[in-house]
Amino acid sequence: MLRLPCPYCGLRDEPEFAFGGPSHIIRPTLEATDAQWTAYLFNRDNPLGVHYERWAHAYGCGQWFNVARHTATHEILAVYRMGDPKPALEAGAAR
Amino acid sequence: MQGYSLWQVVGQALRGNKGWQPAWRDPTPKSGYDVIVIGGGGHGLATAYYLAKKHGIRRVAVLEKGWIGGGNSGRNTQVVRSNYFYPASSAFYDHSLKLYEGLTRELNFNIMLSQRGQIALAHSEHELEINRRWANAVRMNGIDAEVLSPADIQKIVPIINLNSRFPVVGGFIQRRAGISRHDAVVWGYARAANALGVDIIQNCEVTGFDLKDGRVRGVTTSRGNFAADRVVMSVAGHASVLAQRAGFVLPITTMALQAMVTEPLKPVLNTLVMSGAIHAYVSQSDRGEIVIGGGADVYNSYAQRGGLPAMHVTIGAVLELFPSFSRLRLMRQWAGRVDVSPDTTAIMGRTPVEGLYINCGWGTGGYKAIPAGGDTMAHTVATGTPHPLIARFGLDRFGAGALIDEGAAAGVAH
Repeated sequence: MLRLPCPYCGLRDEPEFAFGGPSHIIRPTLEATDAQWTAYLFNRDNPLGVHYERWAHAYGCGQWFNVARHTATHEILAVYRMGDPKPALEAGAAR
Repeated sequence: MQGYSLWQVVGQALRGNKGWQPAWRDPTPKSGYDVIVIGGGGHGLATAYYLAKKHGIRRVAVLEKGWIGGGNSGRNTQVVRSNYFYPASSAFYDHSLKLYEGLTRELNFNIMLSQRGQIALAHSEHELEINRRWANAVRMNGIDAEVLSPADIQKIVPIINLNSRFPVVGGFIQRRAGISRHDAVVWGYARAANALGVDIIQNCEVTGFDLKDGRVRGVTTSRGNFAADRVVMSVAGHASVLAQRAGFVLPITTMALQAMVTEPLKPVLNTLVMSGAIHAYVSQSDRGEIVIGGGADVYNSYAQRGGLPAMHVTIGAVLELFPSFSRLRLMRQWAGRVDVSPDTTAIMGRTPVEGLYINCGWGTGGYKAIPAGGDTMAHTVATGTPHPLIARFGLDRFGAGALIDEGAAAGVAH
């Protein structure tokens, strides 16, 4: 079970949250090539390591926020607001 | 290869069981191979076996990071079936099921295939309509399926509770579906491939690729560098990691899919029962354990363990259908890293790197595909053209928009 620190409500258990997939996916402009559009729609970094992702506190305040989480250890490395840039995590912050 | 038979068992017993040989060698790696298969799971070993058996390519190595069958091949719920909705899927999976039906003889290794049937339940009139459409599509594809009434289901599964919170109003069955022993499939392919000269190299992690002019020339590993002009990636949950090392990105998300078994009990359930709506599937193994599976944990995960919330949902669903199971204790619970593709159909064939082939995207259903996955990948690598059964499973289908959306039809909603 994950325990996520909602920036508005504090630390809560995983069943209160809804997962929203990767953050920072940028929609290409209308001039995008087919390859760029395909990559935008389908390709995912899917890292073994730090994953920047969106969560909603669905059964709480209802707010969306970003989380940096390690995909093998599930360690929560950073929590930041929607629209904020990726936090610069120190190299080796997570193995 | 030392054949396995009743006479062999009796003869060995008379000699104190001292004459058994290892089922496969622990070879010293060669410096180069005709084909290197990365990943010693069912798909990788089957690919190597069919390359040697059907295409005469015997300078083949299977490189496995851990031990063979230690990943998803040993973590699944052993289900084999071919009741898929779309023609491209059902043709592939029925080829696989037919190969499974002859596999014990083909490999001289008892895979303990038990075609006990799989029932998909419907919990509303609307779902029953969808089930009828699904069953009809399966029949149109030339595969067996029968729609069942609640009374039919109760007759086949006396212990089921049809008046659960979401009452069971019907369903359909594929009688040729069933279970087999997953370790036996891995070991059977490994032993048969080994006998044809395939090198199975364990504890050998691929750390990178030797690429030149957009072509693969070999791989670098924790046990040295090996040259090969043709390399197959068959690594399930780690597909994205390896693809990154080869310089491209895949449309794959890696998630944890859990399964669990109860303490063993006498036979109470002689078929597979699956519910897409409440998201659980159940069977009883030959050892008597109730084998339970459900949905994947919702977030990206490379951990081979699942969380309690997903397990809670699955167990809750099973206990509604089988209240008597509430007395059972769970013995083991585990998870595999599943490689889920956007349309929940596998990705097989060429990659942007010439000579590098991929077999991934099986998501939550790769076990049933092992024989056909190996057969069609071997054909694709040996001939250089995709096997007709996987011609539509290529990586290029996403850009072309030619998705095969089995998400709803794959049996369990993903």
